[in-house]
Amino acid sequence: MKGQAISTSTPDRASVGRRRFLTYLLAAPTLTVATRLAAPPATAAAATAPDPAPAPAPAPAVGALPGLPGVPDVVDLGDALILAGLPTAHLLVLEVTAAGRVVLHLPRAEVGQGLTTAVAMLVAEELDARLEDVDVPLSDARPDLLFNQLTGGSNSVRSLYDPVRAVAAAARARLVTAAARRWDLPAGSLRTEDTAVLAPDGRRAGFGSLAVAAAAVTVPAVPATPKPPGQQRLVGTPTGRIDARDIVTGRARYAGDLAVPGAVPTVVARPPTINGGVQSFDASAARGMPGVLAVVPLPGGGGVAVLAETFDQALKARDALQVSWRPGPLADLSDAGIRSRLRAANLPFLVPPLLTLHVDAEFDFAFVSHAPMEVLTAVADVRPDRAELWFSSQSPIVAQQAVAAELGLPQDAVTVHVVRGGGSFGRRLFFDAALEAAQVSRAAGRPVKLMWTRNDDMRHGRMRPAGHHRIRATHALGQVLTYEHRVATVRTDFRHGLGEALTAAGFAVQAGGLSLSQGFFLLTEKNPYQLGVTTQLLAEVPLDMPTGSWRSVYSGTVRVADEIMMDEIARTLGQDPVAFRRARLGSASARAVLDTVAAEGRWGRPMPAGHAQGVGFHEEHRSCAAYLVEIDATDPAQPRVTRAVIAADVGRAVNPRGLEAQLTGALIDGISVILQAGNHIDRGAVREGSFADFRYARQQHSPPVVEVHLMPPSGPPGGAGELGVPAASAAVANAYARATGRSPRSFPITF
Amino acid sequence: MPSHTFVLNGRPVTVDAPDDMPLLWVLRDKLGVTGPKYGCGVGVCRACTSHLDGAEFQPCTVAVKDCAGRRVTTIEGLADGEVLHPVQEAWLECDVAQCGFCQPGQIMTAVALLRRTPAPTDADIDQIQNICRCGTYPRIREAIKRAAAAGPAGR
Ligand code: FES
Ligand code: FES
Repeated sequence: MKGQAISTSTPDRASVGRRRFLTYLLAAPTLTVATRLAAPPATAAAATAPDPAPAPAPAPAVGALPGLPGVPDVVDLGDALILAGLPTAHLLVLEVTAAGRVVLHLPRAEVGQGLTTAVAMLVAEELDARLEDVDVPLSDARPDLLFNQLTGGSNSVRSLYDPVRAVAAAARARLVTAAARRWDLPAGSLRTEDTAVLAPDGRRAGFGSLAVAAAAVTVPAVPATPKPPGQQRLVGTPTGRIDARDIVTGRARYAGDLAVPGAVPTVVARPPTINGGVQSFDASAARGMPGVLAVVPLPGGGGVAVLAETFDQALKARDALQVSWRPGPLADLSDAGIRSRLRAANLPFLVPPLLTLHVDAEFDFAFVSHAPMEVLTAVADVRPDRAELWFSSQSPIVAQQAVAAELGLPQDAVTVHVVRGGGSFGRRLFFDAALEAAQVSRAAGRPVKLMWTRNDDMRHGRMRPAGHHRIRATHALGQVLTYEHRVATVRTDFRHGLGEALTAAGFAVQAGGLSLSQGFFLLTEKNPYQLGVTTQLLAEVPLDMPTGSWRSVYSGTVRVADEIMMDEIARTLGQDPVAFRRARLGSASARAVLDTVAAEGRWGRPMPAGHAQGVGFHEEHRSCAAYLVEIDATDPAQPRVTRAVIAADVGRAVNPRGLEAQLTGALIDGISVILQAGNHIDRGAVREGSFADFRYARQQHSPPVVEVHLMPPSGPPGGAGELGVPAASAAVANAYARATGRSPRSFPITF
Repeated sequence: MPSHTFVLNGRPVTVDAPDDMPLLWVLRDKLGVTGPKYGCGVGVCRACTSHLDGAEFQPCTVAVKDCAGRRVTTIEGLADGEVLHPVQEAWLECDVAQCGFCQPGQIMTAVALLRRTPAPTDADIDQIQNICRCGTYPRIREAIKRAAAAGPAGR
């Protein structure tokens, strides 16, 4: 779509509820329509009308970030990211080809969350196209999109639901208009079905046959308004992934599977300790080994890259390098030392313990690797005047900027192709391997396919930071009077464009002494219960180690600790954990999901000794979920979750099947991080090296019975990708506590 | 460099490679067969799982010379042209996959399991060691049971 101007057009004003989207007809040989990715708030909509009136630049949305708990009530992270796109967002593009393909270019990552399927369903719905006629390729990095190409914060469906429907409805209106002209019939008499326009007399014109004529329709003769939800027939229907057949036949291509001409297998020798470095190295033996093409030190001194004809030869030569390593900055630090630093950093409570009845608890959470199944892999072809990269990225624009800066090239000389990713869980917000691939390709003067080994990923990859939590609840006469939660974590690295996006939205996240992390904490962390005067504060310990957001970010620990406390307070007050929660939940939808798991999961049913049920609840991203699990902890060292009942209200599920997969995956995450999977730090190094000792759940840890109940649609879609993790984790922890009579304080429990 | 001949997805292939090169890299880097995935290289994650003479194996831990004269089947060789294997069909019906990266290995493991144990119990399915980091285990279990119920046709 490069270089094409917006033609003069009458924008279709699609009134789609929350936000209004203006659509544009682009000059192209076949029908191509576009809309801004983020619409202005309703009050400012008129100000951004493009032609004929030139648009005055809209004022950036300004929102102060009050330093008070409960901010997510007003504006949460997803809203902030949506607002961030407003002043600058460029266009989301849909085209209809002469071959009858409907192509929506998606400026997001697909890492298994099912976004391409959900978007294809939205497109097919509005156009009445067959789902199999819709393609959703991932867009290259598009710097014009500024903050609107960040995949994260469970924000994708929330931010795309309106614009995708608007742009598809605009395309449909033009296809219908083109058919009406061809047949000389009133446009209002035509209908659309199965990627075709149909006349009352039975004549039929495929979209492909109309694509050229429709490209000339500036003013459609039928409204270009998305269907009201009541008329949706595909959206809301359980639908299989559009890439499922490619996956089960092995045809799906990830970065490491790409055959980029000349790109040679490359691995990097890395130090034994975190952020250690190369003191000196001798590559003479390695260089002489079969298949070896080059040995190149990384410019930052963090390792030595080996290029060879095959990965096997690269790995063997890497092992033959003689490197003397400089210890990393944490070489004197182990888990115990990190834990005491966190305890020391945690902020004090306001309420003294002496005069009141209270429940106090402290919790520790270990580091957890993201460990996506596909290790970080990037292909880079760097030439003197340009560079081209292929990898899976949640933040391709930031990656493009970083690569350009590293290579000393202008940003537009760097092309970043976004490839499907083999899982992410937050890991691909960062682009460590791509930066290395660019450095090595430049140094070696040839294209490379650089892969981190699993060991690299465990020992140097990013991790959810370890954290220490202190919570105090005071109570009298069966009521909670105050609730204080103090969190100290190793600092989370957010330098992947989130700060810029929030700042652009007018959130002064780094003002008033708040760090970016604290701003994020305030935007996301909300205790859903009425517990009297509630405060929660984050303190951070900066350590020189690779951290990053891990699916559900702070909620994955903060809200888990809260939910364990809910059980403990209920026990202290002699109340049932479900009833105790229910009485303190403010919203009807929250109570409904809790009631659903209690009823469907037969809460309170008799269980044998060593077995128990546990519940957890979480509300975020304009959605809520409850989990009820049953655990067999007859052997407390080898607990097994035997059954799970899940209920969720996400406003509206575009693809209920995809949503079930997200909620189920979150259950397996919860089982893993609560019971068994984490990372130890021993003298500045990560102890775990693969899935042999990083004990992410396997089939034998997964419950044989899982039920998912989805609430009927109640509004626009909320976020769901991360929603389940805190509730699932909490349910597992609470079930374990009830089965064993112990009060787990440190996670994972068997570690 | 030594040359090795074996049957790959029904066709004989001959490839020059050092004797000790793990078959995974021969497949991926020399033959361009990328269905078997690298997830650890040490036999732990099972993402590379394929079949050797019809039985499950991890090509990341088996040298190419040990495959000489034998039948290697990767995910690419499971379907009969465009007609999918019943286990692949069950995977589609249950919409098992998320990111998909582990799934070639999961499917090859399931096919091997069903060959050995046509009606696997939950305990049999629990023996599967393949990691799925997306947590698709419940649907894998469902798909295996569905394929088992459909009978031995095509397996
Ligand atoms: S790559 Fe072969 S088992 Fe992990
Ligand atoms: S589907 Fe992603 S690892 Fe299994």
